[in-house]
Amino acid sequence: MAGVTLDTVRKVYAGNVEAVKGVSLGIEDGSFCVLVGPSGCGKSTLLRMIAGLETISGGTVKIGDRVVNQIEPADRDIAMVFQNYALYPHMSVYDNMAYGLKNRGTPKDEIEKRVKEAARILAIESFLERKPRALSGGQRQRVAMGRAIVRKPQVFLFDEPLSNLDAKLRVQMRVEIKRLQRALGVTSIYVTHDQVEAMTLSDKLVVMSGGQIEQVGTPSDVYRRPETRFVATFIGSPPMNILPGKVEGPGRVSVGGQMIQVTDMRDGLAPGSAIEVGLRPEDVQAGTGAGFSALTMDVDFVEELGATQLFHGKVAGAEFVVQASTGQIPADTRSLTLSIDPSNVHLFDPQTTKRLGRV
Amino acid sequence: MEKRALFSSKFLPYMLLLPQLAITIIFFYLPASQAIWQSFLMEDAFGLSSEFVGFENYRYLFQQPEYYRAMVNTAVFSTAVAVLSLACSLLLATQADKNLRGGEAYKTLLIWPYAVAPAIAGVLWIFMFHPSLGTLTRPIRAVGIDWNPLLNGDHAMLLLVLSATWKQISYNFLFFLAGLQSIPKSVIEAAAIDGAGPLRRFWTIIFPLLSPTTFFLIVVNIVYVFFDTFGIIDAVTGGGPAGQTTTLVYKVYADGRLGGDLGGSAAQSVILMVIVIGLTAIQFKYVERKVQY
Repeated sequence: MAGVTLDTVRKVYAGNVEAVKGVSLGIEDGSFCVLVGPSGCGKSTLLRMIAGLETISGGTVKIGDRVVNQIEPADRDIAMVFQNYALYPHMSVYDNMAYGLKNRGTPKDEIEKRVKEAARILAIESFLERKPRALSGGQRQRVAMGRAIVRKPQVFLFDEPLSNLDAKLRVQMRVEIKRLQRALGVTSIYVTHDQVEAMTLSDKLVVMSGGQIEQVGTPSDVYRRPETRFVATFIGSPPMNILPGKVEGPGRVSVGGQMIQVTDMRDGLAPGSAIEVGLRPEDVQAGTGAGFSALTMDVDFVEELGATQLFHGKVAGAEFVVQASTGQIPADTRSLTLSIDPSNVHLFDPQTTKRLGRV
Repeated sequence: MEKRALFSSKFLPYMLLLPQLAITIIFFYLPASQAIWQSFLMEDAFGLSSEFVGFENYRYLFQQPEYYRAMVNTAVFSTAVAVLSLACSLLLATQADKNLRGGEAYKTLLIWPYAVAPAIAGVLWIFMFHPSLGTLTRPIRAVGIDWNPLLNGDHAMLLLVLSATWKQISYNFLFFLAGLQSIPKSVIEAAAIDGAGPLRRFWTIIFPLLSPTTFFLIVVNIVYVFFDTFGIIDAVTGGGPAGQTTTLVYKVYADGRLGGDLGGSAAQSVILMVIVIGLTAIQFKYVERKVQY
């Protein structure tokens, strides 16, 4: 087992396009690290650099204590699961899993033992003789996982492995991947653009945007204390509402003339300066409460999600969404009074987009 | 899945099929049946009358040692060209498939020989290798080889093989390149991570995945060497020296057109037709069905 350490890793493509702009990150041995971000944020490029499929333009990548910049993918002691599974179409499931071991000159009986073991763990024993084309998407995904685990690598790399599966299977495989990783205890790096996958799988969540890391932390850290406006709106569904506001004084901001109390607010902000006020749709309640601030909202329409309803409308001229349990608010409501818990208010600098919380 | 179109009129489907049927009948079935009929006839020396002789033309054909030699020539020629051109073009295609500077120009240049007419290709090669005029003959002689494709049958065959190969490489190259590009990149990457070096990746992953293309090209190349090398042979060796580079197709021309033996020539064409039908059947049976991924 080994951790992975990235030190100011950069990737510059021909034409001076910088896909990864100096990323430093430590991934502890045995942990599950998820890189999440919108497409084009450099997360896959970063993963491919760790795998050795892309050259590293600057910085160092270490697996364990070894700098692997100049080491071939085959010798990095890693295994990768690809988005399209990348199974060898002309080989049986057994041969797909045995290929990497054969290439390394593992004795035949050892190969058989390991493949059988992996097949048992993944419940694919009954189609070891089949070709990949005779398998369903979920089964192919398992074979791809099997191919990774028979090698007993130091690090697992996952490149959006679930995005080709249908929604139901995705949830099921997600749970299985997590369970498998726990059982094997192998350091895993997982790339996805799906924030639900990111939240549920990770021990360490890395949010990326524009080739840079926006925030690193546990999923709940990132959710509770987003460091930038980007992270705030990217993690959480529906995304956080951002309202234009004004600093009124210590622990007080206003939105469209309505006062809001804030627990987590940086000291020394000049009264009257502009500020962005972030509120999660699930953190605001209808009605009023003691010690809570109030905001009025004009409702445009309601989306029914079954257990919950989404109220779309405007607060102080800005788009606003409120999530409420079905039946809590009458669906024909045109105007809502919202109560805001001071500890649920997030503040961001309009210029730097950084969080303006307590230091 | 079967697609079925329903027509309200019984007449319309036949009308829609008519143009295709007309072309096939006029340009294939008619000449083919004429060739078959001709192969049972024998003409007098002046070409004034012909007489039905049954299988006499065929029997005569199989008594000729020249016919067997043409068969051997064809087999040698087609095997050599197919193997050589497939190997060369596969090598070139694997190189072109890499992301190289100027890769597009390289690919375009490789395709050009295909646009050269066979006869002109033949003339180009004879200019280079003619025993007394050839620009490359002098260096070959200087090495101590008595190069003379006009007198030495092996030299003549070698020259034919080289020129026919040169011409066919472009075609094979295109198909191999398309084949290589259709192999998902991640499969190659997975193999790289699985510890396979470049050569091992080629033989265990890329080559097997290319096999549908390779099988297709083998059939196409054999058909090419059988039929489309006529121009090259005519320009380079004219079937000589002493019939040592006469292939089955060239013999049809030599016997029928130059020798005036229309019946014998027709009989040879019929045999060739059977060979092509056989090759096509093999292609349909094995290539189209069995080697798909």
